[in-house]
Amino acid sequence: MFSIIRDLFKYNREFAVGAVLLGLIVFFSILSFFSPVDPTMLYIEVPDRPPSGEYWFGTNSRGQDMFWQLTFAFRNTLSFGLMVAALSRVISIVVGLLSGYIGGVVDRILMFFNDIFVSLPIFPILVLFYFVLRSDLTTFNLALLMACLGWPFDARLIRSIALGLRHREFTRHAVFSGMSPAKIMFEEHLPYVMPIVFSTAIANMIWAIGLEVTLAVLGFTNINIPTVGTTLYWAINHSAMVVGVWWWIVIPVIIIVMMFIGLFLLTVSLNEYIDPRSRLRRMGG
Amino acid sequence: MERSANVEVEGKVRMRAYFIFIAKRAVQLLAVVFFGISAAFFITHLSPIDPVQQAILRITSRSSFSPTALVAMREALTEMYGMDQPLGTQFVNFWVRLLQGDLGPSLIAFPTPAMDLVLRALPWTVGLLVTAVIITWLLGNILGGLAGYYQNNKFLKAFGVVAMGLQPIPYYIVAFIVLIIFGFVWPVLPISGGYAMHVTPGWNIDFVMSVIRHATLPALSLVLVGMGLWFLGMRALVSNIITEDYVTYAETAGVDSKKIVGFYVIRNAVIPQLTALAMVLGGIFSGTVITEEVFSYPGLGSLLIQAVNGGDYTLVIAVTAIAITAVAGAIFVVDLLHPILDPRIRVE
Repeated sequence: MFSIIRDLFKYNREFAVGAVLLGLIVFFSILSFFSPVDPTMLYIEVPDRPPSGEYWFGTNSRGQDMFWQLTFAFRNTLSFGLMVAALSRVISIVVGLLSGYIGGVVDRILMFFNDIFVSLPIFPILVLFYFVLRSDLTTFNLALLMACLGWPFDARLIRSIALGLRHREFTRHAVFSGMSPAKIMFEEHLPYVMPIVFSTAIANMIWAIGLEVTLAVLGFTNINIPTVGTTLYWAINHSAMVVGVWWWIVIPVIIIVMMFIGLFLLTVSLNEYIDPRSRLRRMGG
Repeated sequence: MERSANVEVEGKVRMRAYFIFIAKRAVQLLAVVFFGISAAFFITHLSPIDPVQQAILRITSRSSFSPTALVAMREALTEMYGMDQPLGTQFVNFWVRLLQGDLGPSLIAFPTPAMDLVLRALPWTVGLLVTAVIITWLLGNILGGLAGYYQNNKFLKAFGVVAMGLQPIPYYIVAFIVLIIFGFVWPVLPISGGYAMHVTPGWNIDFVMSVIRHATLPALSLVLVGMGLWFLGMRALVSNIITEDYVTYAETAGVDSKKIVGFYVIRNAVIPQLTALAMVLGGIFSGTVITEEVFSYPGLGSLLIQAVNGGDYTLVIAVTAIAITAVAGAIFVVDLLHPILDPRIRVE
């Protein structure tokens, strides 16, 4: 594990840049545990102060220190992304392995629903859920909902690998030695799909965070929990750009862009690493 | 003689296979529309929120009514939404009314039918989406193909870095950055609305120019986000294809490199890219809807958000239903293009 990471750093510039960017963001969000202020408190600092030695990222019109506010926002946003990614991995692994290993009618039914989920426009559906649930749409419910909508692409990828594994020698051995299908899928086949599970998990995080930011900016989530989206929601609500409190918008946007690029570079480099052909080409083999 | 008969038979087999392909896709289209819209119906009807209550709260928040008027209003609204019937009957009625194109009046623009509002907004969204997708797909694939073939070109390399940086950023953030740049830093283009207030809608040059000017920034931000996917995908495909023997052969035979990249290399990589387009159209639609909201563009996205903020039950369902149908229809159209571009797809 450690040597893989060292190799990636050495041979893959995308991975190095992505890891450094994401590392910075994670460090920044961990700072929230040492925050001297409560992020839900309002008007505890002088409002609308530009960035300075005292307030590194300035203060906003709601009288909050933006530096500490953003540490909480990024912690919540990152953990939301992780939550969606983890939950949707469960669905996509189960569907992908079942569909690939059992095949036949099960495969056809699962892929029929898979195609339906791929074709649905997700944003209007999430808005519809917000419309009917309103305050019942808590962070966890939203994560669960997004996980239920965000699995189909990755399930199909996992299925395509499992399809190949079904005809391998070791699967046949396992079947003849009386291993149950569930055991074969989760003990024999699961390790083979793990690399793709990791790389798609990061891609899924990008997707989930992007949607969460969008919903929050429109005010369609719990706007009292600090996330990147709600930070922008309040900034727009207070017309931050118009009144000249630019740091309220520009700084979070810069950091979130860094985070997206970091996550994306990690997916790209992991995908490349998983494919032995492109890995060899990069290492000059 | 025999040869022409063979060609004819082959032609018939091909046509048959093409129709089977279309029929399969059409069934899938209907399934998506049916399941999607039914899900929307059940989500809204099994929720704890009562649309009648919502409507009454909204109406009474502006003026006060006598208790008898309130009871009458409640009865009228319950009947209008059909809430007094069992869920199964409501579901059947919902589909019957939807197929007739009449879901009832909207609340935010009472008594305009919700469907009218949706159909008024639909052309804006479709126009923006189709234009942006065509520009993005063509430009991204052509530049990506060139970048894969001419791997040492500095401009294309730099473009790749920019595309990689823009692609993961969500539509909302990119649209927002574009809005800030063109709204505050360099105000040269209109940042809100579908056309200028002073022109009369219709087929006149002022109106068309105004529409194009207003659509430029939303389209630009859609293109900026969307381009990377096609560019990076095409570049990867092409850098694999150029190691194939037939490309080396063509190069050795002295075929013009422009011809190789255009007719032999990109042509072969176009098909997976078209499949990918069908798969991400739902996501692009969501992106368009969000971008519209940023630029106050008068399409489905802005309408949906107005409807949610106004508590307009009928309108929210109408927008969702049309959105699901529109995306499924667009995917169907992309699928139909497949057999035309790929001579190998005849029977699956």
